[in-house]
Amino acid sequence: MELFEARNVDKVFAATQALTDVSISVKEQSIFGLLGPNGAGKTTLIRIINQITAPDRGEIFLNGKKMTRADISQIGYLPEERGLYKKMKIGEQAIYLGQLKGLSRQEASKNLKQWFEKFEIMAWWNKNIEELSKGMQQKIQFITTVVHKPKLLIFDEPFSGFDPINTNLIKQEILQLRNDGATVIFSTHNMESVEELCDNIALINKSVKIEDGPTDEIREKYKSNIYEIRYQGDFDNVASSLGNQFKIINHSESEKENRLKVQYLNGNSNNELLQTLIPVSEIRSFEEIIPSMNDVFIKAVEESNKQ
Amino acid sequence: MNKTLLILKQEYLKRVKKKSFIILTLLVPFLFAGMFALIIFLSMNNDKKERTIAVFDESTLFLGEFEDAGYTKYHFLPKEEYQDLKGNLKNSEFYALLYIPGNIYSANTAQLISEKQVPMELSEEIERKLSRFIENDKRQKVVAESGIPDLEEQLSNTKTRIQLNTLKISDSGEATKSSSVVAFIASYAMGFIIYFFVFMYGAMVMRSVMEEKKSRIIEVIISSVKPSQLMAGKIIGTALVGLTQVAIWIVLGVVVLIGVQAFFTPESAQQMSQSLMETQSQMNPAMAQAADQNKVMEVMQMIGNLNLPLILFAFVFYFLGGYLLYSSLLGAVGAAVDNDEDSQQMVLPVTFPLILSIMLLFPIARNPEGPVAFWASIIPFTSPVAMLARVPYGIPTWELLLSMFLLVLTTIGAIYAAAKIYRVGLLMYGKKVNIKELFKWLMYKN
Repeated sequence: MELFEARNVDKVFAATQALTDVSISVKEQSIFGLLGPNGAGKTTLIRIINQITAPDRGEIFLNGKKMTRADISQIGYLPEERGLYKKMKIGEQAIYLGQLKGLSRQEASKNLKQWFEKFEIMAWWNKNIEELSKGMQQKIQFITTVVHKPKLLIFDEPFSGFDPINTNLIKQEILQLRNDGATVIFSTHNMESVEELCDNIALINKSVKIEDGPTDEIREKYKSNIYEIRYQGDFDNVASSLGNQFKIINHSESEKENRLKVQYLNGNSNNELLQTLIPVSEIRSFEEIIPSMNDVFIKAVEESNKQ
Repeated sequence: MNKTLLILKQEYLKRVKKKSFIILTLLVPFLFAGMFALIIFLSMNNDKKERTIAVFDESTLFLGEFEDAGYTKYHFLPKEEYQDLKGNLKNSEFYALLYIPGNIYSANTAQLISEKQVPMELSEEIERKLSRFIENDKRQKVVAESGIPDLEEQLSNTKTRIQLNTLKISDSGEATKSSSVVAFIASYAMGFIIYFFVFMYGAMVMRSVMEEKKSRIIEVIISSVKPSQLMAGKIIGTALVGLTQVAIWIVLGVVVLIGVQAFFTPESAQQMSQSLMETQSQMNPAMAQAADQNKVMEVMQMIGNLNLPLILFAFVFYFLGGYLLYSSLLGAVGAAVDNDEDSQQMVLPVTFPLILSIMLLFPIARNPEGPVAFWASIIPFTSPVAMLARVPYGIPTWELLLSMFLLVLTTIGAIYAAAKIYRVGLLMYGKKVNIKELFKWLMYKN
């Protein structure tokens, strides 16, 4: 079931087209990656979802109903450019932010204490923000984003400023939140985390959505019939038997085994390649290379820029 | 809880709990009290320095005429000593040397020679003594020559001093005693207080908006509340801080004033509280008569005769109107800029009318009926200060109503415009903003 949907959203800022007819839909209890180069329009879309700006055209739905101002208490938003009040005690500040999202003081305090204990940062409660490092501040910001147990979580570049240990911690928390029932939209340039976390993605370039769907399917779609084969046998024999149907991308030879990376130019099936190879070599492993999200990103954006 | 209320509470408590607020609020009345106490103390103990002045009287008219007065003593010298002293005044015991020439009767001049700057009080005192003596001398001669026996007495009877009591006739025909001096002071003080508060608290709103923008917490906040709610909470919360401060100052001020009065002159303090109570109700004529004899009471009475309810009403109205007008504009400036330098450039054009109105305060208080006063108190951007300066003198009802109406209208317009700029500006970073740019933002659809 769809928790969130944006239909045909247009947005123009003065002379810049920020979004052109963008539609996305996000399944309940899934993690949705919003990808795109800098300036593509991701943050604008996120701000429209958060009702910070209104679209020029198009509609936003939450739980199948048109979204209203009242729905923002069901959203938790961690913006890309984020900060906290410098001269305020951390605990007080977190309670205030929770209250602004509609929690009572008691609820906010109770939920926050659970999170602070979970992250083992109870000692920071009465400190000023200025005393904390940037990574520590990010943790507080993460907590204040989720404190009101929102149905929809929106993270804009959640991992920037975190060290690998904390990045991992936040990743685990995002997965946990999803498993507990939350739906997550997040935007990042960290493609590795997209592969790890995202069930679905949408790719936006120059205000237009150029790709969307389940992460696996998109990677599958962008594969280009490249295979990596480890074998024992003579490379020249192998190469000549492959003929002009294949393009050899690279190869290496050693005493133990040889490696070969080939692209099947107009091949039909994997078996065809295997059948060609079996007579001339002993195959140790055979793997079709699925492109990384990083490769997909670059390829998709470059193709769309050419058009 | 309502979100505007939540922000209001947050803004209010944040400021009121600040150490600097508590210290300033508590300290200001004591600073004023201390200042008054110091002035009273100094004037009670003025000039205790012993000075001996050497006098060389060439005219020989004044011998023995200079009596030692207070801490100033006079010592007459013969000519030889005078010559010695003149060249060596520095090492002598004398503070100054007074030389009265032989022809003082016709020349009308004398000399006071000193190594130091002689206090004006002293030189005036000597001047007075010399003049009075010669004047008396001349008059006695005239009286003697005229042959009229009681001329001396008749002349002294011609001395007259008129005191001008200004009375103001109200619509009902009652005449009340007014004083243009009291009205002037009241008008000046009111205009200044309004200016001070509007400026101080308007700037506070601006800084608070800028702080949220600079620390980048703003995006989280406006994903929770509407910018208009945020702005309303901030402006009202800050206004309450101002009112709290005023209330504390009034209470402390009254306490301190009574304390100071009681300390220096217990009697006058008593009279003051007495007359305060009585002037609240209508003055009866007998009372007014008695009050004439007492300066303090008279002033209190005149203050009582100012239209206090109207002044208080006007003060609250124009304070709120002026504050809302300028704080919403300054709030918009705070949202539009993202560094202190730009904000300073933008603050001046926005607050210029306010600064102009404080410069006009003096001419307005001097001539509250003139065209400058009229226009300044009608135009909404200067009216909070200018009208308050006119109110103590009394003001035609239609002018007051027109001015209030225009102020309300302009304030509503300013809040509307500011809210738009605020919405656009809050998430705008790294853009050099000028007035032209702001007008463009005003035209944005949303």
